[in-house]
Amino acid sequence: MNASRKLLILTPYLWLGLFFLVPFLIVIKISLSDSVTASPPYAPTFSLDEGLAGLRASLAALDFENFTWLAEDGIYFKAYLNSVKVAAIATLITLLIGYPVAYAMAKAPQDWRKTLLLLVILPFWTSFLIRIYAWIGILKNEGFLNLALMKLGIIDQPLAIIHTEIAVYVGIVYSYLPFMILPLYASLERIDGRLLEAAEDLGCGAFAAFRQITLPLSLPGVVAGCFLVFIPAIGEFVIPDLLGGSGTLMIGKTLWLEFFSNRDWGVAAAVAIVLLTILIVPIVLFQRHQQKHQEELG
Amino acid sequence: MRRFNMFNLTSLTFGFVFLYLPLLLVVIYSFNDSRLVTVWGGFSTKWYGIVLNNEAYLEAAWITLRIAFVSATLATVLGTLSAVVMVRAGSFPGRTLFSGMIFAPLVMPEVVTGLSLLLLFVAIGLDRGFWTITIAHATFSMCYASVVVSSRLASFDRALEDAALDLGCTPVSAFRQVTLPVIAPAVISAWLLSFTLSLDDLVIATFSSGPGSTTLPMKLYSSVRLGVSPEINALSTMLIGIVTFGVIAASLINRRQERRQQQDTRAAAAAA
Repeated sequence: MNASRKLLILTPYLWLGLFFLVPFLIVIKISLSDSVTASPPYAPTFSLDEGLAGLRASLAALDFENFTWLAEDGIYFKAYLNSVKVAAIATLITLLIGYPVAYAMAKAPQDWRKTLLLLVILPFWTSFLIRIYAWIGILKNEGFLNLALMKLGIIDQPLAIIHTEIAVYVGIVYSYLPFMILPLYASLERIDGRLLEAAEDLGCGAFAAFRQITLPLSLPGVVAGCFLVFIPAIGEFVIPDLLGGSGTLMIGKTLWLEFFSNRDWGVAAAVAIVLLTILIVPIVLFQRHQQKHQEELG
Repeated sequence: MRRFNMFNLTSLTFGFVFLYLPLLLVVIYSFNDSRLVTVWGGFSTKWYGIVLNNEAYLEAAWITLRIAFVSATLATVLGTLSAVVMVRAGSFPGRTLFSGMIFAPLVMPEVVTGLSLLLLFVAIGLDRGFWTITIAHATFSMCYASVVVSSRLASFDRALEDAALDLGCTPVSAFRQVTLPVIAPAVISAWLLSFTLSLDDLVIATFSSGPGSTTLPMKLYSSVRLGVSPEINALSTMLIGIVTFGVIAASLINRRQERRQQQDTRAAAAAA
């Protein structure tokens, strides 16, 4: 291996090692440590001067206390469970809204498609916070939705939507909709129109053709879109914090509070490790799916 | 497919109304004279003046732009290098770990990335501020940048580079003179994506910031927590305007470039 090739590989390698892998190891270490009052507030610390014996002693001092704490306090379990539930339901709603939109985009005249695509991506480039903020104005008690419904005479008392789980669903569906539409559109657009024509020639109705040809062929897009919404939604912090009330338990918010309000680094680190353990299965499945998909295309 | 048209039109309309109505309301009510956010009190641009005279917002905006610029540049260089490594370097020790490290930050929950970086900065005793946020942003953006560049690099005909090498180019100059111009649009997209990701990030910035380095999303977040206000509507509208302008400009440039490339290919084919 020559020097320039080594340098080429080492630069990004070392950067990711230092700023991704090492921090991750530190999280594991702190999740197994006890907090002490001095800064940095955790023990044991590893120091090189004490040599191997010191290292062994430090390792022996690590324990699973923070994890036992998580297991004993039911609130964490509830938060994990609720995050998975909210993410799953929100993913399903996003799919139900995103599929018809992606389908219509793929069926639109060729010269519209680029513009439609741009229109879907545009809100995604707009600040995430602003998009959540916009919904506060709509959903709050004296907000636009209640105002409109009362003007129309549908309700006479404002509905309490903000600070409920419904508001969290709205926020997630809205924020992640482009992540669902884009892979769906990509797989729907690739479907060979001649297959559908053939099906119709052979006497297939439009709905049957959709169910037997379009839907199965668009499955890779469905799977990719669902992962792209589900995985980040589980760890979401901003949406449950701004739209959900104090009653909405989600694990990203729990981690944030544990760290910034309770200042319990050990427990926060343990919360993070358990969160990642939950996410390992969908992440590995997603990566496999992406690889398989890439090979099929290549 | 004619019988689907009504259905398609309805889904498109519904989808785009859902995507744009919330933002449109923010824009309209930023011109509302009334202090009460949902009561229309006549047209006014006074909230824009109030935002533009707010030192705290301006300072936060300036820090955010500087961080985004530096981190996007770092992320693009590192991301392009990793793309070259992933697509070209073949096998080397630790390749699986490397591709894992490129992929993992893309799906890692932001709170976990933020927490782990903060713990690193504390452990090595780095003072938190401009540089810690920049490093944090460059790290997660480089993974996105690498994905964008590698997809372009993968479809690039390697024979062109080999030809340059046969003609006496060094690998570095072959890369600079042959490969780089071809992948340039992807490199520019990667930079723009990293820039926007950095501008938009709240969670990781909060974890890796220190006193005196409040970014615009952090400032916006603390204002939003206090409730809806016409100033935030005005600030949001300005940001929406800037992004809209940027995205449309970028896509127009991109389209023109594509057209020119097509013309070049046609001309080359005709000449041959």
